[in-house]
Amino acid sequence: MAGALILAALGGGTVAVFIALRLWVVFHHQVVPRESLSLLVVAGSGGHTTEILRLLGNLSNAYSPRHYIFADTDEMSAHKIRSFELDRAERYSSTVYTTDRIPRSREVRQSWLSTVLTTLYSMLYSFPLTFRLKPDLVLCNGPGTCVPICLSALLLGILGIKKVIIVYVESVCRVETLSLSGKILYYLSDYFVVQWPTLKEKYPKSVYFGRIV
Amino acid sequence: MKCLFVTVGTTSFDDLIACVSAQDSLQIIKSLGYSRLVLQIGRGTVVPEPFSTESFTLDVYRYKDSLKEDLQKADLVISHAGAGSCLETLEKGKPLVVVINEKLMNNHQLELAKQLHKEGHLFYCTCSTLPGLLQSMDLSTLKCFPPGQPEKFSTFLDKVVGLQK
Repeated sequence: MAGALILAALGGGTVAVFIALRLWVVFHHQVVPRESLSLLVVAGSGGHTTEILRLLGNLSNAYSPRHYIFADTDEMSAHKIRSFELDRAERYSSTVYTTDRIPRSREVRQSWLSTVLTTLYSMLYSFPLTFRLKPDLVLCNGPGTCVPICLSALLLGILGIKKVIIVYVESVCRVETLSLSGKILYYLSDYFVVQWPTLKEKYPKSVYFGRIV
Repeated sequence: MKCLFVTVGTTSFDDLIACVSAQDSLQIIKSLGYSRLVLQIGRGTVVPEPFSTESFTLDVYRYKDSLKEDLQKADLVISHAGAGSCLETLEKGKPLVVVINEKLMNNHQLELAKQLHKEGHLFYCTCSTLPGLLQSMDLSTLKCFPPGQPEKFSTFLDKVVGLQK
């Protein structure tokens, strides 16, 4: 039990430090004009993957290359991404994408405490991967898998390796309450997009354009 | 030939399948002019026996790669509260009845179905109130469902990442 408390405190402390550093990074950030940028997409699973692919379907080819990350058990996302990119290759001649798998950071109904543990564990995978890809932009919409990736992307900025823009889009399913990853990434993302007015009222820092999927 | 499509997505919803395939429900469905009922039952353990008579056909299957075709052919869709099923049906402009699974009361997916109901895009009931609703509802009162606007997001993103226009 004591060990559990220490771990929880450790987890909480880590998040607090990240938030503080995050604010500092945000204050020192400027928009750099560019021709193209590399994009890292965290495909959540099921409906999350469907939603994020819809958003990607509307992005120009300046968002290239596209690096996809999904949970190692998520065959459905692997399949959806493949057919999305096949379709895209027919419209754009030079289109580049990669895929990588990481351990799932949180199964549905997993406890808070073991979530902290598995998230720390998946950081071991996420950080080297994010470091290797060095994306300009991370785009994600939950669930769990995206948290360690965003933490890693943030760490790249804090360490001065690369300023990565983090954009989180809360699922259209969330009308009145944020998801767990939403609650965490509200504080860590550069732009946090919600799709219903109730959430915009509750979370004033968020960006709202109506339903976008 | 009017067709009614019932879908439970990748989950199971035995109560719904049992309810719509019960004799009295079938009578109501026939009396409303439907001559075909298609049940997508997912992982369910209630598996009604398909049959086909001169005036009525019942088809049953678990999954298909895509439900597009069945949605397209349907004149009315009865669905679980899953976001994917709700949005896909409404986007195809099909009238929709969402049946709430009372055994999954804290499921956050309900948020979306409730909101879409509040905005008048769908009907909303439980298994026990479904037969009554089928008889009393007026499909012409449903509001048309505007498509989502992903282009607003891409315009915003282009700006904040510094892509030149």
